[in-house]
Amino acid sequence: MASGNGDALRVIGRPHRKVDAVDKVTGQTKFADDLYLPQMLYCKILRSPHPHARITSIDTSTAKELPGVKGVLVGRDIPIAFGILPVSQDEHALAPDKVRFIGDPVAAVAAISEEIATETLDRIHVEYEQLDAIASIEQALANPEPRIHDYGDSGNLHKLVSLEFGDVEEGFEQAYLVREDLFFYGGSTHLPMEQHAALASYSADHKLTLWSSTQTPHYVQRALAKVLEMPASRIRVIACPNGGGFGGKSDPFSHEIVVAKFAMMTGRPVKITLTREEVFYCHRGRHPTLMWAKTGVTKDGHITAMHFRTALDGGGYGSYGVASTYYTGALQTVTYQVDRYKFQGMRAFTNKPPCGPKRGHGTPQPRFALEVQMDKLAEQLGMDPADMRLRHLVPENSLTANYLRVGSIGLGACIEKVVDGSQWRDRFRKLPEGRGVGLACSSYLSGAGLPIYWNNMPHSGVQLKCDRGGGITVFCGSTDIGQGSDSILAYIVAEVLGVDPFEIRIVTADTDLTPVDLGSYASRVTLMSGNAALQAAERARDMIAPEVAQKLDVPRDRLVFADSRVFDSEDPERGMTFAEAVQAAEGALGTIGTVGSYTPPKSPGRYRGAGVGPSPAYSYSAAVAEVEVDIDSGIVRVLKIWIGHDIGRCINPTTVMGQVEGSIYMGLGEALMEDMEYRENFHVVHKIPSMLEYKSPTTLDMCEVETYLISDPDPNGPFGAKEAGQGPLLPVAPAVANAVYDAVGVRIDEVPIMPEKVRKALKQKASGKEARYGPTSFPDIPWPEPIHVPTPWEGGDGKALQHEETTTGPPPERQH
Amino acid sequence: MENSPNRPAGKVPISLIVNGEHTEIAFAPHKTLLEVLREDLGLTGTKHGCELGECGTCAVLMDGQPVLSCLVLGVACSGRSISTVEGMADGPTLHPLQKAFADLGAAQCGYCTPGLLLTAEALLLDNPSPTRQAIKEALAGNLCRCTGYIKIYEAVELAAAWMRGESAEPAREILYGQR
Repeated sequence: MASGNGDALRVIGRPHRKVDAVDKVTGQTKFADDLYLPQMLYCKILRSPHPHARITSIDTSTAKELPGVKGVLVGRDIPIAFGILPVSQDEHALAPDKVRFIGDPVAAVAAISEEIATETLDRIHVEYEQLDAIASIEQALANPEPRIHDYGDSGNLHKLVSLEFGDVEEGFEQAYLVREDLFFYGGSTHLPMEQHAALASYSADHKLTLWSSTQTPHYVQRALAKVLEMPASRIRVIACPNGGGFGGKSDPFSHEIVVAKFAMMTGRPVKITLTREEVFYCHRGRHPTLMWAKTGVTKDGHITAMHFRTALDGGGYGSYGVASTYYTGALQTVTYQVDRYKFQGMRAFTNKPPCGPKRGHGTPQPRFALEVQMDKLAEQLGMDPADMRLRHLVPENSLTANYLRVGSIGLGACIEKVVDGSQWRDRFRKLPEGRGVGLACSSYLSGAGLPIYWNNMPHSGVQLKCDRGGGITVFCGSTDIGQGSDSILAYIVAEVLGVDPFEIRIVTADTDLTPVDLGSYASRVTLMSGNAALQAAERARDMIAPEVAQKLDVPRDRLVFADSRVFDSEDPERGMTFAEAVQAAEGALGTIGTVGSYTPPKSPGRYRGAGVGPSPAYSYSAAVAEVEVDIDSGIVRVLKIWIGHDIGRCINPTTVMGQVEGSIYMGLGEALMEDMEYRENFHVVHKIPSMLEYKSPTTLDMCEVETYLISDPDPNGPFGAKEAGQGPLLPVAPAVANAVYDAVGVRIDEVPIMPEKVRKALKQKASGKEARYGPTSFPDIPWPEPIHVPTPWEGGDGKALQHEETTTGPPPERQH
Repeated sequence: MENSPNRPAGKVPISLIVNGEHTEIAFAPHKTLLEVLREDLGLTGTKHGCELGECGTCAVLMDGQPVLSCLVLGVACSGRSISTVEGMADGPTLHPLQKAFADLGAAQCGYCTPGLLLTAEALLLDNPSPTRQAIKEALAGNLCRCTGYIKIYEAVELAAAWMRGESAEPAREILYGQR
């Protein structure tokens, strides 16, 4: 896809500042908590001190009478349930009858100051009848009662999934070697530096405005419309720039609804800013996931069959959990060819803060398992793990066993780059004791193929206005969470219309002003809003060009849009400024405005569950980690990571570098230290919900990173671009685990790789036992009969076999 | 104005210097410097990530030294000189650190950026040619969840070179990655 200007790209592929960079370095960016309105009230939320309890009474009479208090809300005041997924509308703004985790919202106060609001919480008297708490996957399986929710597949099992593509048993029979391994990936949280904040205002003409630190203003608008029983047309949601999101601000949240309700009650603006402790309770982070993987390979490492089981600790609510569950089984097939594949996944409800989508959403856990198992398989086969992977890459433009359509795949080049860069061939299995290198690969979506709620409308829309002064304004619902999505719009429009990206005004994330973009999740924004912007810009160019061609008496196909001019490619002096070009077009056609939109291609999978996994394009990454392991303490230091990332094409290489380095950082935190810990005696009380006790990497922990960006333009990406913000996180944990094995000969099949786990494994090794730390059993789970889907190479058409569920309309689970 | 039952009534007046300007202000005595800056002076460039002294986001300079404004009482700032991110640029000209952060993408979401800029400014005042290790140590109390810190180190090094009067440019691999 070219700019149509006949020449080399002028903006795309070059380093630029982000369009909001100056605001960010001067402190001018207005985050949600930076907003103050006249007569604003402050809101605070009372949260449950019990993990699982029935609310028997709430007395707010004293609270309501306190001076300065302008409103008190409890569950019955906002009775309608909501939730991000249509299949799990299980949350309430304030718990009406039951609390499901310590931190579950129960009541709220609006007062003239934050101090008064906080102190008033002590005057709300809640009586609870405690219920037995479910603290783990095992307890959820063993205790169908008391049920945390009255919906779900059975007891406290929220979701059970069983899919089989081809006959895996037949595949295992054909294998030369079959391995079964168990893995555990611990829970971690996003820990955005900005605490969630929201400000609501309600006008006398009954219009509601909510400013919020949300990644998904469109879904927040839908949730508000539902819960407040208002037409969406009267609700304006403005997503402020997010001070970090990473998936943690993708759900509609209780506090957003509460301040909206208070604004409607009091007629005054109402703001809430969560404390850091409350941010830990909002969570929606990485699901702790127990995994069993059985993989069969031929002598040269070709995978004949894979059977993968996952059990997810979901926490107290649904959130994105049904999608997360499918995602723990969706992308195993897109890196190396898998002939036959079976996936069984289960999500349990537990009385802990709800898990949801964290960077990589449901895929880092199985990727850890798969990549460590590949390392073990390679060793048993006597193959180099890099060579084994290189030999069996998924071919480009192919269908996987589970009907995902892979377009471009630059994984081979990624592997070769990191192998060369790290001098892998001279160092793997050759470094002195205590030093090691490990390799792992990964893939991720560039946007989900299907929307969260069923509809056939575009996933992203752009409006573009050209004014007679030569100014361009781009309107799009996309939300900048720091990844640079506003800048992407500017770069793409600048490329097509031949102007400076910093001359373009960008208006985003405002449901009143901008066409819908579904939100900043699933690494979808560059591809989807980028394609919408590209279409809008090309349409504007197509409106302007004929008028300029006529004025200049130059054939239209010789016109070039560049340097804020429109001119003849054969005689560049012959031309006019972009402003004059707009004036010419406006004189002939009227106001110059265009729209663009993007809808992903249809996925070939037609079975129930086929909605999770399809993407217009998959990014690929390969990483080599070098570690140093202290044999006495078990402390693992990651010295350096070499990462190759198949980006399709960089829109801006510098911001891509930033996304890759940031992903490595977050992956390193998960690999080594980040852990949503709950106190052992109760299992449900967060150990210490603070930034001091939740360990995340500081400058002193961060490793060196060497980044290779691989260009392999994908036909579905704008200018060939794919995602960068999530995929490079995935190979970090398995590369580190594989490097630890190379260094000291012990397998740590569990993340985070804490020193005590390494020490235990080293002790076992010294005493001649299995040199390993990790889970030792996988629970019995009442799996449903699998949906059987013949693979494409068995002549399958993407549908399940007869007598089983087939989809005629949209499948009910189609979340990103 | 109605008052909270548990807090003393009344405001305390102090005078201090904020970004080089003499400032007189009265505020409730329990307020932290962070709250005074944001709520009473409207300087919302100073952010907060925990309000417990754990994350470094709210760092400002007091008499040229970095402090966590969430841990300093406003009344303790009487007569002191406070520098915030709003005071870093020279009119429309960005401070070299601001320019380097913008050029290299060292600010992603930008939320931790003010605290990092001020902490780095204090470092460079003290040590115009810090090693990578010295930069890491100086910034170890500032958490950033977006960047992995690498672009931040590179930006501090670039700004340091500019401030030493060198006409440095970022290396190609900082902008494009390794070949």
